[in-house]
Amino acid sequence: MKSHRNHPLWFAFALHRASGLLLALFLPAHFWVLSYALNDAAALDGFLEWTDYTVVKIAEFGLVFLLAVHMFGGLRLMALEWLPWSPHQKTYAAGAVAASFCLSTLFFLSAV
Amino acid sequence: MTDLPPDTAPLRVSVWRGAKAGAFETFDVPMQESQTVLDLVAWIQQNADPTLAYRYACRVGMCGSCAMMVNGVPRWTCRTHVSKVMRGGTVQVAPLRNLPVIKDLAVDMDPFFDKWTEAGGAFFPTKSRADAVEPILPETPARQEADAAIECINCAVCYAACDVVSANPDYLGPAALNRAWSLVNDVKDGALDARLTAVSGAGGCHNCHSQQGCVAHCPNELNPTASIAGLKRATVRAALRGKS
Repeated sequence: MKSHRNHPLWFAFALHRASGLLLALFLPAHFWVLSYALNDAAALDGFLEWTDYTVVKIAEFGLVFLLAVHMFGGLRLMALEWLPWSPHQKTYAAGAVAASFCLSTLFFLSAV
Repeated sequence: MTDLPPDTAPLRVSVWRGAKAGAFETFDVPMQESQTVLDLVAWIQQNADPTLAYRYACRVGMCGSCAMMVNGVPRWTCRTHVSKVMRGGTVQVAPLRNLPVIKDLAVDMDPFFDKWTEAGGAFFPTKSRADAVEPILPETPARQEADAAIECINCAVCYAACDVVSANPDYLGPAALNRAWSLVNDVKDGALDARLTAVSGAGGCHNCHSQQGCVAHCPNELNPTASIAGLKRATVRAALRGKS
């Protein structure tokens, strides 16, 4: 059954909301681990060693993905609500952001 | 419409029967060329069950009275071709979401139009018949905003598509707020401050989550989300000026 939610604009909303909730769940754990930098450096090093595991690397990828999705989703929402642009202007702006993001990512990949 | 060859299999049409409580009833409807979903419903009422309740008037996409849920999506049924929505020889037709069902496919539109009034949808003139006619320049930004919002036919498709209306029954909804935005941009109207107060209350424009279901499903391709965003900006500016 095709639903009234089955369109890209609703998926963009859902992705922004889900990424925000998941990041909100992650942040307390993030600050808790960071607190070891002040109180217990050995414990922090113990945590950082986990980053050698493949599963943790995949989780880090997921985290960066959530951050990127939430940031661009937020920029989209702010443009939608605060800039009285025409639909064509929004398409051109989204295309320009996507192209610049691709170019900067290519530059970053060749730099590392 | 012309009949298809006699060996063409009939369409299986599931239609909601009852009010809030009820069930889908299935009818076999002969397929025809250029058949609309409203044609299916009319055929059932005229040939299979005369007690089927539904609402329509113009049949040409102007009056906004025949909107229904077709396969879970709100649509104007008089302009929706069966060939575009049929899936595996079946179509499901249900009453519009977010409105009380009177009977079968007919919903009570009172909450929809009450909110239209609550949002300041009535025009308040600033001149009498003795005054000169106000010159309206089509190229001014305010007039272009008003023109972009003014073609609403009040079919309630956007209202049925809106998840915020489902979650918050007090939310004024996309059509009422779109109407308010067209009047905010009308230089002939004299109730700007009262209207901005009306649309910035508990059920007002700031409830909108910009899910844009209204934009995706509006049969006239209007953009109520842009209208609501305009109201958000206007109400914030008014609040900063101490007006609402």
